[in-house]
Amino acid sequence: MRNEIDKAFKITRKENRPALISFTVAGDNTKKKSLEILKSISNTVDIAEWGMAFNCPGADGPEIQNSSYRAIKNGIKLNDTFSLIKKYKKYKNSKPLILMGYYQLIYNYGEKKFIKKCKSVGVSGLIVVDLPWPDNKNFSKLCKKNSICFIQLIAPTTSKSRMKSIVKDSHQLIYQVSNVNITGGKLKSTAKTILKNYQIIKKINPTKNVIIGFGITKDTIADFKRANGLVVGSACCKVISNAIKNGLNPAKKLNNMLLSLKEKLK
Amino acid sequence: MTKIKKNIPLIDQHNERGFYLNKFGGNFVAETAIKPIEDLSNLFEKLRKNKKFLRKRDKYFKYYLGGETPFFKLENLTKHLGGAQIWCKDVSAINGDAHKAYHATVNALICKESGKKSLAGDTGAGMFGKNLAMAAKEMKIKCKIFMGTKDISRQALNVKFMKKAGAEVVPVDTGSRTLVDAVSECMRFYVSNCQTTHLAVGSAIGANVFLKICAWSTSQISRELKSQIIKEFGKIPKLHLLNVIGGGSSAIGFWNEFINYSKNHVKLTGVEAKYAAPLTTNAKIAILHGAAQYCLQDKNGQIADTHSISAGLDYPGVSPLHCMLKDTKRAKYTSCSDEGALNALKLIWKYENLRPSLEPAHAWAECIRIAPKLKKDEVIIVNNCGSGSKDAKIIKNKIGYYPK
Ligand SMILES: Cc1ncc(COP(=O)(O)O)c(C=O)c1O
Repeated sequence: MRNEIDKAFKITRKENRPALISFTVAGDNTKKKSLEILKSISNTVDIAEWGMAFNCPGADGPEIQNSSYRAIKNGIKLNDTFSLIKKYKKYKNSKPLILMGYYQLIYNYGEKKFIKKCKSVGVSGLIVVDLPWPDNKNFSKLCKKNSICFIQLIAPTTSKSRMKSIVKDSHQLIYQVSNVNITGGKLKSTAKTILKNYQIIKKINPTKNVIIGFGITKDTIADFKRANGLVVGSACCKVISNAIKNGLNPAKKLNNMLLSLKEKLK
Repeated sequence: MTKIKKNIPLIDQHNERGFYLNKFGGNFVAETAIKPIEDLSNLFEKLRKNKKFLRKRDKYFKYYLGGETPFFKLENLTKHLGGAQIWCKDVSAINGDAHKAYHATVNALICKESGKKSLAGDTGAGMFGKNLAMAAKEMKIKCKIFMGTKDISRQALNVKFMKKAGAEVVPVDTGSRTLVDAVSECMRFYVSNCQTTHLAVGSAIGANVFLKICAWSTSQISRELKSQIIKEFGKIPKLHLLNVIGGGSSAIGFWNEFINYSKNHVKLTGVEAKYAAPLTTNAKIAILHGAAQYCLQDKNGQIADTHSISAGLDYPGVSPLHCMLKDTKRAKYTSCSDEGALNALKLIWKYENLRPSLEPAHAWAECIRIAPKLKKDEVIIVNNCGSGSKDAKIIKNKIGYYPK
């Protein structure tokens, strides 16, 4: 499967640094603004994750909930998200885009229709928080058929044997949930423990790219330089919330924040 | 497979992935919670076969919850309506004032067995919260209750009780500030604390094991009822079993022992609140709180707002077990408005010395509607699953009085 995501990792590997991956919510705080934010941060990040706002999220902390709430209030729908992505992918600086969300929105849209649409607008990867292995086997196959990377999640609670099965069924990219938490919580595990888990996953299949997310902030990011990639979510949403509150430009503010994070990864 | 199987308990009629009829239920949860949920599932399957555990459960049901709840005929109401005989299974007489007592107690017992020192639960009307707080205190477990801020103010009495029993009440101020948001927040708390905290879900909803534990516990109601009926009638007469449906835990418990009778013999009717009625309004399936179920939603898939005067019914989804009973046509579902429930209360108060809460008032309304149309040898039994004291203020505000 040739996918833009693989290319992004080729570059970061050559530059001997982890991929920096942002997470923002499509439609936060308006459709137009969220696209502006995405374009702005694409000058800095290697891969961009975009959240599909859902009003009963099972694993999001307050920051991402706030962003989702704003997006829904301002009328974001999946079809809007798709048209925004289509526009984004025409932009010369666009990065590989991963859509992330809860299964209900996909189920409601129709799995096949959803994946076809993802492919046609240029989505590179999908994370579905509440569609764990092995229930995601069919969905994952359908993604593969359409050259979309389905990203499996592995948590600190995942048993070794389950981990092996998940890695075996994974595509080129795996998401390691850093600690037992929802998004935006303070890291409860030490960097050492998290990196140890990272090594366990890598050892099962060293060719797969493993990214670490949940609780990555400016204070913790430097500890994980050795990972293939790092996802910064709640910290991004927080910058957007603060910028909106203070009447500042969230696109600019967030790009500045991500630039400073990138500095720390050198 | 579109039929209920005989000889297999209803809760066990799921496939290996936890789906009923291959489409309701399942385990739509974050990877982090998979292992703890699997551990809980293994523990529960072990305990429900363990004689010592069953004896312990029965002991708690008997001495701590007060034993068998009463079953009696409502002579005056029957005479007034002039049709079927009307009987009441008065579950509200339990220590804890509602059927939630059974599964709160069982959850606390399971928590104890698991070795976890704290438990977390959601509540709408505050009945599950109150019973969980009581059980946790009894068994010396730390207890956290998640409750929408709208419900905290409309069910203040129960909140006071929970706090007095030593539970921490966590206010949930997101979304509609009702049960749906309380369950979401409680499940998020569980994802963050699943290694140390036992999750007690307040109705027969959630990922597979949670709804199984709930329905297994409330089934005590129909076990008792069946023997009470046989004692009274010498057989199972033609029955109409009426129960309110919020998440559906009381109804499942009330019906469980009667599922295998033909629907002409034992008719099962569930009553939803009019603006929180996924089964009555043919809502589509949604994935909510870990399970696929009929659920109110907008066309974009966002979970819809609901309304009910009764906090316990103000929920957009419903137990996957009821989705199965609907699809197999084993049970029928209808709905009742706030006004209908209040009118039912007025009539009940006038003829009987009974003080149902707003939730069972919905089932009483259906009873009052159908009784005159039925023959005298037919028997209606209503599960009076909650006591009205918690709702006295709301009811008084609406209709000006509340009887002694
Ligand atoms: C007395 C009573 N009945 C019914 C319900 C609705 O829930 P369920 O349908 O799960 O019994 C509640 C919920 O709080 C309740 O307190």
